[in-house]
Amino acid sequence: MAIPSELKYTEEHEWVRMEGDIAVVGVTDHAQEELSDVVFVELPELERVVEEKEACAVVESVKAASDIYSPVSGTVVEVNNSLEEEPSNINEDPYGVGWLFKIRVAEADMEIVEGLLTADDYEEHLG
Amino acid sequence: MFCGIEVGDSCHDVLTSDVDREHSERQLRAMSELQHSPLDEIHREAGGRMVPFAGWEMPVMYDSILTEHRTVREGVGQFDISHMGQLFVEGEKAEEWLNHLLTNDVAALADGQGQYTFLLNEEGGVIDDLILYRITEGSYFLVVNAACLQEDLVWFAQHATEGVVLRDESPGLAGIAVQGPKSIDVFARVFGGRCLPSRNGIDVLTTDGQMVWVCRTGYTGEDGFEFFCPASSAERWWEDFAEAGAKPCGLGARDSLRLEKCYPLNGSDLSSQRTPLEAGLGFFVKLEKGPFIGSEVLQKQKETKPPEKLVAIQCDQKGAPPRPGYQVLGHDEEAIGSLSSGVLSPILGLGIGMAYLPLAHSQPGTEVFIEARGKKMPAKVVKKPFVA
Repeated sequence: MAIPSELKYTEEHEWVRMEGDIAVVGVTDHAQEELSDVVFVELPELERVVEEKEACAVVESVKAASDIYSPVSGTVVEVNNSLEEEPSNINEDPYGVGWLFKIRVAEADMEIVEGLLTADDYEEHLG
Repeated sequence: MFCGIEVGDSCHDVLTSDVDREHSERQLRAMSELQHSPLDEIHREAGGRMVPFAGWEMPVMYDSILTEHRTVREGVGQFDISHMGQLFVEGEKAEEWLNHLLTNDVAALADGQGQYTFLLNEEGGVIDDLILYRITEGSYFLVVNAACLQEDLVWFAQHATEGVVLRDESPGLAGIAVQGPKSIDVFARVFGGRCLPSRNGIDVLTTDGQMVWVCRTGYTGEDGFEFFCPASSAERWWEDFAEAGAKPCGLGARDSLRLEKCYPLNGSDLSSQRTPLEAGLGFFVKLEKGPFIGSEVLQKQKETKPPEKLVAIQCDQKGAPPRPGYQVLGHDEEAIGSLSSGVLSPILGLGIGMAYLPLAHSQPGTEVFIEARGKKMPAKVVKKPFVA
């Protein structure tokens, strides 16, 4: 199972890649494996202001719907609309084309990013 | 199969007087812990994701429900159905007794034939849906839902009569459902070119000194057979079927396969509060055969028409998969029912579900909405089944 070392993680199995002040968010390889076939994704509205740990997206597999929590606080600036047509991209490439949304993080909230799990922490969390 | 019935103390009391001690002990165990299939180890080794189901721990999937679903539609898969119950009813009055308890016409069965049928309460509500096979005169084989087994046994015991013996062989038997257009090949390969029994039929075979029951039925809408054997030989048969081409499939695919064909799931689409006529399954109710438990209610309902009917609903567009419990709204967005079953159809790529709706909304073509997390998805009542 892939856990790229350059990413940050949450205990709820989201990953974060920082591109300047933009946090790109997706679900981990472990999460997509647990979910199995993703068949529907509900993404947040653009410009929505989200708090850290706020439920802001839903990923649905054949058997269950799972809430996705924003790992950081900020404003939604982009969502991955291609998932509407190809939700299975989450299964095929969870760290690449299967990304979910991007959040602009204010300077003051950068410490939340610092507090996220490292790849090692996340691997340990998975046990 | 999702009966959702708890095995309570009252059941236990009735059973101890009528059924042997082993049953009550098994029941007690069932109350405290999940039962395990004789194929449990094989499932785990194959990466089966085990979930609680009807008091058992069973594989919901291996790698992918969607792939397993397509395998059964296009090729051949096998499901562990060891959780289901197997009962034998024997005696000179067996036919008469079963005909009094079940809705279909038992007398219509010749040796080696089977039929889908219902066990009803006095109000005409469904206790269980099951398949009844006539092995020979005065000798019947019943395959019942796992979650309903204890309630069925209680009901049968309450209606026990002279000249009929009922044996629950479920603890010693395993079940494997081989399903898909290539099932015939799997069977022929494992049984040296032998043919399957005819549709809905049963063959009782003896191999290596052990009896096995081969039934040409299933819960997927594809050709196939349900196979029952002693629990001790379950692994051997599973491996034989696998070698002959059957891919392991879990309960997740079993659910989406059956729903595409509008086969009801007891406890969801059927309940003790609903009659088979409301469920649109009057074909399996033979009122003309003479009185049986529940027949008076059904007779009346046939004349007056039930107020609600179980209908098939299909979403107009891609969207969130419908799930049991989601509200169904009429075209004025008024609540008219809720989904008893729902899934994304892997074949259609659209959400499908079933719901009991007022007759005024039950005609194919009626426009409705399915509400998912506050969003209204446009849908229509369609003719059953979803997938021909």
